[in-house]
Amino acid sequence: MINNRITLSKIAEFRKSTDFRVILGKFGILFGYIILVVIASILSPRFLTPTNMLNVIRQISIFGILSIGQTFVILTGGIDLSVGSILAFVVVLTGGLLPDYGILPTILVALLAGTGLGIVNGLGVTKGNVPPFVMTLGMLGIARGLAFIYTGGMPIPVLNKNFLFIGNGHVFSIPLPGIIFVSLVVIAALVLRYTPFGRRVYAIGSNAEAARLSGIRVDLNKIVVYATCGLMSGVAGIVYASQLAVAPPIAGEGYELDSIAAVVVGGADLFGGEGGMFGTFLGATIIGSLSNILNLTGVNPFIQKLAKGALIIAAVTIKARGRKQ
Amino acid sequence: MINEPLLEMKGISKRFPGVQALEDVDLTIYPGEVHALLGENGAGKSTLMKILGGAYQADSGEIYLDGKKIIIHRPSDGIKAGLNVVYQELVLAPHLSVAENILLGQYPQRNPLLVDWKNTHKLARGILRQLGVELDTRRTVRNLSVAQQQIVEIARALQRKSKILVLDEPSAVLGKRDIELLYQIVQRLKEQGIAVIYISHRLEEIFLIADRVTVLKDGKVVGTKPAKELDENALVRMMIGRELTNVYPKRNGDIGKEAIRVEGLTREGRYEEISFSVREGEILGIAGLVGSGRTDIAMTIAGAEKRDRGEIYIFGNQAYFRTPSDALRYGIGLLPEDRNLQGLFLKRPLLENVSIASLSQFQRSLVLNLREERNKVKSLVNDIGIRATSINQIVENLSGGNKQKVVLARWLGANSKILIFDEPTRGVDVGAKVEIYRLINQLAVDGAAIIFISSEMPEIIGMSDNILVMWRGKMAGFYSKGEATSEKILQSALLGANNHDK
Repeated sequence: MINNRITLSKIAEFRKSTDFRVILGKFGILFGYIILVVIASILSPRFLTPTNMLNVIRQISIFGILSIGQTFVILTGGIDLSVGSILAFVVVLTGGLLPDYGILPTILVALLAGTGLGIVNGLGVTKGNVPPFVMTLGMLGIARGLAFIYTGGMPIPVLNKNFLFIGNGHVFSIPLPGIIFVSLVVIAALVLRYTPFGRRVYAIGSNAEAARLSGIRVDLNKIVVYATCGLMSGVAGIVYASQLAVAPPIAGEGYELDSIAAVVVGGADLFGGEGGMFGTFLGATIIGSLSNILNLTGVNPFIQKLAKGALIIAAVTIKARGRKQ
Repeated sequence: MINEPLLEMKGISKRFPGVQALEDVDLTIYPGEVHALLGENGAGKSTLMKILGGAYQADSGEIYLDGKKIIIHRPSDGIKAGLNVVYQELVLAPHLSVAENILLGQYPQRNPLLVDWKNTHKLARGILRQLGVELDTRRTVRNLSVAQQQIVEIARALQRKSKILVLDEPSAVLGKRDIELLYQIVQRLKEQGIAVIYISHRLEEIFLIADRVTVLKDGKVVGTKPAKELDENALVRMMIGRELTNVYPKRNGDIGKEAIRVEGLTREGRYEEISFSVREGEILGIAGLVGSGRTDIAMTIAGAEKRDRGEIYIFGNQAYFRTPSDALRYGIGLLPEDRNLQGLFLKRPLLENVSIASLSQFQRSLVLNLREERNKVKSLVNDIGIRATSINQIVENLSGGNKQKVVLARWLGANSKILIFDEPTRGVDVGAKVEIYRLINQLAVDGAAIIFISSEMPEIIGMSDNILVMWRGKMAGFYSKGEATSEKILQSALLGANNHDK
């Protein structure tokens, strides 16, 4: 529903603008995705099959959930480099608590832990005046360190059958992680559009001083944003531990960059104030589809990394071209 | 005047998607003249200057310098030819020294590897002396005042052997004393045969420094005339195409009860012992030089800056607040000095800019009622007369006057009863100025208490019921409407309370 609305208003704007490059800038992501799908389905007939599409959704769900939190942070003009490490901490915590405390208490504690580390990020950025890049870079080290200390460096096996359902189960033959991811995207999109908090996020990212002078409690809202990002890392961590049935302290290395890539490919402005959940969802899907088609066609995995890098640059270049007008 | 033109722009046209920004514009500049370029916002002044500076390409038309046709593809072409544009937003390297900025990229060298710093500073000092300015060339630009930074920028232009210097609203950011210095510098440039194209909204200064005036309207030249043959009324007529009557219309509103009273307000180092009160339907003007504490007082009342001592009473009750969100609850709204930097969310649509301070009105349990919000914003936009294509338009693309109205709409939507306008007409064209005056008057008639901060003498006298004059953080004078004159206010603002005879 929400996506529909956004698209409709975009179409209205589309009619007004005559310049092709403006259109390219606004719809670059969507065009890019359609082109990718067309090429992919020509290269491999398996690409567009339901099984494969669901596979893609399952594959992107973990870093996709991270990118939801990342979107909130980037919209305020910040960045969170610690999402992968917080995920790892939550993963090992889940693995460690599960045998003794059962599923629900474990999940609750895991989510609280993620949120708590997010709040620490938020406090550092606001009350401590540490730039987001530095604060979350520090947290990247701290949370990863905690994960290693907790496990002594060894992966913890996850054996609880019921718990494994979260990451591997299906509902109406749709993978559960995909359902969790898409539901969270929809909820986050609704929050951004329909709540005062969402408006404040955009306002702060667009101009923090004007937001302050308009009576917005900038610090408080930023802390909530970093807490939300921590919470999303927590959710992603639970899905991770369940999907892989193991809790290694090295979980999610490099995921922070994947999550940022999804947001950026999705059209958000790294300086804040511009972007949205629909874009991020598309961004994550494009990145996932690209890996998928390269896998299907048997392309060398090293080239896959290269292609992902090129994709990020291409997406931003297209957007910048549209902006120039 | 010398007959050979220095610069000729002939038949310049430029089209942007949806607008003809310039149409067949001619501009002729002679050596050593100060040529004022006037026009309302959106008349095409900036576009014309950007074409001259190489930031834009004209669709058609030719540019001749010293009788030779030149083609300017990019800013560096213009600089090489001797054209320099000092933009409104200064482009200096804030962490480098004065000398480094003046000679940026062209440091003298004794050998190919090392910069000759001694010589760099010597050259920079020489250029500053040419402008008649004393400034330590080793100081870091970041620590300079805006006026000093402007001087550095002009010095840099001079260093590049400019024949023509474009100053885009140089006085808009300066206090009275600094403007005097600017005039002197312009005079010096003129004596050295450098032509100055001067863009400004302050009509009075045009007659002080300009030799000739070109007025643009809707992308076309209305006319070019010697400044001597014009007066303010004639200029305004050229700019807006009609006569301006009744710039400061009389108000016939009732004065109500006291809305805000400030007692002994003090912030160390900024202002001390400030006391005044404003009633409903009343306008209090605050005059004074830039830096005299006016803006700090406004920021304190709006909750954005702390105070060390003193009390604020809102409708008779002592108000305690520490943040703008507290002030908002007391019904105080601030239209800050710098709209773009402090007031607006430029990348966001009009709707969001207006409703941001009143979202709680539209909140139903957890979510916003978007329809109600749209209707409210639409009616505010209509009442205030904001000209935009729709409430979804990105605010960045609105004109200065409309931007100002967006911030005003925000506070009206939040039911603010005490409104602080800090330099509301700065950088706004004549037509929009009058509209803003009318709006402020209407707000007062409707019962708002208004604090009006301005550097422009005529408007502060024309608008205010009472005028408080600030001098170095102190109250230097307080005049009621009848007794206020430019001389009295200026004397208080320049000399303080003790030094003027009353």
